[in-house]
Amino acid sequence: MRIELVRRSQQSVLFSALSPFIAFGLMVVAGAVIFLVLGKNPVTGLHAYFVQPLTEIWSLHELAIKAAPLILIAVGLSVCFLSNNWNIGAEGQFTIGAITGAALPLYFPDMHNVAVLPLMLVFGAAGGALYAAIPALLKARFNTNEILTSLMLVYVAQLILDWLVRGPWRDPAAMSFPQAPAFHSWAVIPELLPASGRANWGIVFALVAAFAVWFMLARTLKGFEVKVVGQSPRAGAFGGFSTARTIVFAFLVSGALAGLAGITEVSGAIGRLQPQISPGYGFAAIIVAFLGRLNPLGIVAAGLVLALSYLGGEAAQIEIGVTDKTVRAFQGMLLFFVLACDTLIHYRIRLVRPVPAASAEPLSTEAAHGHR
Amino acid sequence: MGIAEAILLTIATAATPLLLAAIGELVVERSGVLNLGVEGMMLMGAVAGFGMALTTGQPWLGILAGALAGTLFSLLFGFLALTLVTNQVATGLALTLLGIGLSGMIGEAFVGQPGVKLGALDIPVLSELPLVGRLLFGQDPMFYISLLLTGGVMWFLFRTRAGLTLRSVGDSHSSAHALGIKVVAIRYLAVMFGGACAGLAGAQLSLVYTTQWIENMTAGRGWIALALVVFASWRPWRVLAGAYLFGAITIAQLHIQATNLSDLASWPAPVHWLAELVKSIPSQFLSALPYLATVVVLVLISRNRRLTMMNTPASLGRPFVPDR
Repeated sequence: MRIELVRRSQQSVLFSALSPFIAFGLMVVAGAVIFLVLGKNPVTGLHAYFVQPLTEIWSLHELAIKAAPLILIAVGLSVCFLSNNWNIGAEGQFTIGAITGAALPLYFPDMHNVAVLPLMLVFGAAGGALYAAIPALLKARFNTNEILTSLMLVYVAQLILDWLVRGPWRDPAAMSFPQAPAFHSWAVIPELLPASGRANWGIVFALVAAFAVWFMLARTLKGFEVKVVGQSPRAGAFGGFSTARTIVFAFLVSGALAGLAGITEVSGAIGRLQPQISPGYGFAAIIVAFLGRLNPLGIVAAGLVLALSYLGGEAAQIEIGVTDKTVRAFQGMLLFFVLACDTLIHYRIRLVRPVPAASAEPLSTEAAHGHR
Repeated sequence: MGIAEAILLTIATAATPLLLAAIGELVVERSGVLNLGVEGMMLMGAVAGFGMALTTGQPWLGILAGALAGTLFSLLFGFLALTLVTNQVATGLALTLLGIGLSGMIGEAFVGQPGVKLGALDIPVLSELPLVGRLLFGQDPMFYISLLLTGGVMWFLFRTRAGLTLRSVGDSHSSAHALGIKVVAIRYLAVMFGGACAGLAGAQLSLVYTTQWIENMTAGRGWIALALVVFASWRPWRVLAGAYLFGAITIAQLHIQATNLSDLASWPAPVHWLAELVKSIPSQFLSALPYLATVVVLVLISRNRRLTMMNTPASLGRPFVPDR
C-alpha cells in the first residue's frame, strides 16, 4: 500500500476549517495511548488534562494568564510566517522585553505614578522589537538565515537575564535567591476581577492585539503586502513592495508583541525578574500560530487550547502522577498533527494498492478524508 | 600529560557531537531536504543511549540505541515532509519541539542517575607515543567514528555514483525524477542517515561528554550543527574544520571560567593583565560566546550572496510531489 497525493484544483474550504479540529482529536487519541503506555487510566488522564481546568473559576483565571502571552506572541508570529520570515526566536524577544520593561522601575524605584506602567509596556515592546531587528537586519542586509540567528539569540537573551538577576539587578534582601526586587504596586499590571482570581489585563492586551493584527492583515494595504511578499517576493517586487522592508516590518511587529508579552508576564503573573520567566511560551506560540492557521482570530482560540495544555499538565501531575514533562510532548505532537492535517487542504490522499502491471485500471481507494 | 594536550583532547570531545550531527545533516541537505529537527533527534539519541547503557551496563549498546532512536525519530519527519509534503521548516521545528518534550518525559527517571561511560580506546604502545600518542590513538571510540563518517561521506558524495545521484536529487528533483531516479526513496534514506548521525551525536553527549542525563542537555548544539552546514557551504571537510573551531570556542570559554588567576602568577605580566581583563567578564557572557560566534559566522558566510546561491543545493527545502 502506497500513499499518493493528488493536488486539488483549489484549496478545500472544508478542510481549512476542519483541520485544526481533526488535529486536536488526533492529539487526544495519541494522548490516551501515551497514558496507557505509562500505565494510567486514559479517561482520568484526559479528564484531568482537558476538562478539569475548565470546571473552576480560579483555574479559568489561570487559563487567561497562560493564554495571554501565547496569543500575543503567536499573533506577531503570524505576520512573520505569512511573510515567509521564520522568526523562531520569540522566546528571546520575550525575555529581552521583560528586561527592558523591568529596567524602568528598577532604575527609578521612586517613580510612583500612573505613568510607570504604560512606560514599562512601551519599553518592553521596544526592547523586543529591537532584539528582533537583529535577525531581521541581518537577513535583509546580508541574506543571513533568520531561523538560525533568531534561535541563537534566544540563548543569548536567557544568559543576559541570568547575568542581570544574579549580578547587577539582584535583590540584596532576597538572601541567596537570584532574583530582582519585586515590582512596587504602580508597576504591577492590575487584576481584572480580583474577587475571583488572578487574571490580569494581559489577556485584554492579547485580544486587542489579535483584533488589530487581524484588521491589518485582512483590511489594509500593509497586510496585503505582507501576504504577497510571503507568497511570491517577485510578484511583490512588481507591485512595488520591497522584500527587505517587509522582513524588517514583520520582525518588528512580532518582536514588539513578544516583548510586550514578556513585560506583561513579569509585571503581572510573576511580579519580579527571575532566572526563569517562561515555560517555553515563545516556542509553544509557534504551535499556537499554526494551530490557529496563521489567522489572528483563530490564534485566540488556539492560544486557549495551548494554555489549557499547560494547566492540564499541572492537573494531571497532581491527579494521576504523570510528570509535567508530558505537556511539551503533547504540544509537540499537536504541531505534527496540525501540519499533517494541513496537507488535506491542498491535496487529496489516495491509498494505492500495488497491482500487477497488466491490469489497466489501478485499484485506488480514496482515504476517508479524501472525499469532497 | 601537559596542559596543551589536555585542552586539545577536550576540544575533540566537544567537537565530536557537532561534527556527527552536522555531517548527517549535510547529507540530508545535499539531498534537498532541510530537517531542522537535529536538536530533537539528538535529544532522543541522548536519552535512548543513556537509558540503554544504564539498564544493560553496556555503553556500546547505548550508542547503538542512540543511533536507532535518531533514525526512528527522523522517520516521523520523513513521513510528514516527504510523503505528506508538509512545510519542511515547520515540520523540522515540530520534530525539535516533540524531541524536547518526549526526551524530557522519558528521561524523567534518569535525572541524577550516574551514567555509564564509554571509555577511551588506549591502543597499546601507539597511545604512549610522545606528543601525538594520546591525541591520535587514545581517544574515545566516538572520535574515530566521527572522523570515519566524515571521510566516508566525502568519499560517498563525490566519488561514487550513488553520491552523484543523491546530489542530483538535491539540485533538481524534477530532472532527477524525469531520469527515473526515485527521489522520495533517496530522500528517505538521506533523512534516516541524518537521524542516525544526530542520534549518535546525542549518545556521545550522554555517554562520553557528560555521562549523565540532563533535560535539554544538547543546549542548542543541534542548531549550531545546522549552522555549521551552512558555514561549510555543504562541504564535508569544512564541516570538520567548523566543528573543531566551535569545539575550541566552547572549551576556551570553559577554561577561562575555570582558570584561577593565581595559577598564572608565573606567566609574564601582559598575559596576567589580559587574563585579569578576561576574568572580569561575567561568566554568562562567556557562555554566550558559541551562540554569538554562530551568528557572526553565519553573517560572514552569507554576505556573499552569489557564492551562497552557488553552493546551496538548488532544491533545498522545496516540496516535491511526483507527477505522473
